[in-house]
Amino acid sequence: MTATKELPKSAAAENAAFNAEKDQKLKVLINNLAPVLYPLLALIFFLILWQGLSAAKMTGQVPGPLQVASDTQPLIVGFFNNGDNDKGLFWQLLASLQRVAIGYTLAAVIGVTLGILMGSLKPFNLALDPIFQVLRTIPPLAWLPISLAALSQAAPSAIFVIFITAVWPIIINTAVGVRATPQDYQNVASVLKLSKTTYFFKILLPSAASYMFTGLRIAVGLAWLAIVAAEMLIGGVGIGFFIWDSYNSSRISDIILAVILVGLIGFALDRAVYYAGKTLIASE
Amino acid sequence: MSQPAAFLEISGVSKVFPTPKGTFVALEDVFLKINKGEFVCLLGHSGCGKSTLLNMVAGLSKASQGGVILEGKEVDTPGPDRMIVFQNYSLLPWLSAYDNVHLAVQAAMPDKPEAERKAITQQYIEMVGLGPNAQKRPKELSGGMKQRVSIARALAIRPKVLLLDEPFGALDALTREEMQEEVLKIWEADRTTVLMITHEIDEAILMADRIVMMTNGPAAKIGEIFDVHFPRPRSRSEIMEDPAYYTLRNKILEFLYERFGAPVLAD
Repeated sequence: MTATKELPKSAAAENAAFNAEKDQKLKVLINNLAPVLYPLLALIFFLILWQGLSAAKMTGQVPGPLQVASDTQPLIVGFFNNGDNDKGLFWQLLASLQRVAIGYTLAAVIGVTLGILMGSLKPFNLALDPIFQVLRTIPPLAWLPISLAALSQAAPSAIFVIFITAVWPIIINTAVGVRATPQDYQNVASVLKLSKTTYFFKILLPSAASYMFTGLRIAVGLAWLAIVAAEMLIGGVGIGFFIWDSYNSSRISDIILAVILVGLIGFALDRAVYYAGKTLIASE
Repeated sequence: MSQPAAFLEISGVSKVFPTPKGTFVALEDVFLKINKGEFVCLLGHSGCGKSTLLNMVAGLSKASQGGVILEGKEVDTPGPDRMIVFQNYSLLPWLSAYDNVHLAVQAAMPDKPEAERKAITQQYIEMVGLGPNAQKRPKELSGGMKQRVSIARALAIRPKVLLLDEPFGALDALTREEMQEEVLKIWEADRTTVLMITHEIDEAILMADRIVMMTNGPAAKIGEIFDVHFPRPRSRSEIMEDPAYYTLRNKILEFLYERFGAPVLAD
């Protein structure tokens, strides 16, 4: 009798334990998915809100998300090739990315060089720092007329605007990083009488690297911010021009798609520089 | 006391720092002669200028007056002949333990072939027991391990004088004792001249041939010098059994806590 009585009891306990384990697993699963799940929920909420506002005719000429999705179908289908007269969004984005790549690379090379000079040689810093502090506050687009006047061509002007926007945070952060080289490492260098080249490559560069990458990361964001505005003004190919062109032809849905793509690419660029820095600076 | 020319001589060194409120005299008229192969400890309260003195011997800081003479030549710039083991190890975090040592070897022995330099690096890495951890970076190493790297780096370049700036200060008690013994063992092998800063009395007695007592700052100077006569190689337990250990310890304690920085004449 007692045995039969005990059996269902232990089975129930086992069941409860099993359930508890299942609950535990579910909790872990939810925890793991949270970084994806929560933003997704927020996004769905936002889209519903937007759809609602547009259905209530409160968004002016801006269509609702469903409308945008159906309007931009051809653009997404023709992402790489949108007919004879239209290159497709991919090529527009690529053109912009190319400009940013050139301008940003220039900014990185010149910015790091100037930053190191300013960080290690006091006269350089004294001479240039106040000037750069003023120049860096000038909005990117204010440089466009000057660069157009100087270079008299649209394409290099856009690249110049990218360069001039991106260079300041690189210079300033590099200089700070170089100056922040801990006294301890400098002491090691002087006791060992390290040569200038060894000091540069084995101590100064690695020590300043994390600051440099902070500057490079801020810069890539700024460069991408500036390109859209610059391209709106200079025309030709590029995502900025595409947005402006769409506006002039009242293709608001296209603008929204382009803006989303611009945001995603900006985010990707930022991550790319972040991870590049993380892999290169293994010491942190 | 009878040697005419010491191996390392600190000759009338003073250090004055300018401050907004006028000058601050950190050290005044420090005279000390150290023989070749001698292990000397500088002992004193925190802030008495021990590190300042060591930095001047290293050449990292310039004496306001007087100077440091090594083998008959004045030294006032840093150099690998007076290698420091820094208090906080000062290892380069982006280099592995091996590379930290090797960088020093490369810098100090530019004329030797690379193969020989690699052999030297490996030899010292193994001497301090870092063999299996040689490829790890400092952040992956414990405090004791970092200290070993720092010591290997200092010894590998074969300095004339080894300067130790509170080398065990940041270690836990057990690791500290272990490292003291290890460093002594290594030192017994080649008897490099050592100048070590410490504020641990037992550490000084265990390790030093002479203990140089510093008076309190400002204007700190050498208050007294105690000779430590225990035979080498020393063991902690043997020394502790010797009554002379307690006599010496009490003298040092009396200096530190009763005469406490009051101007004392060395006899």
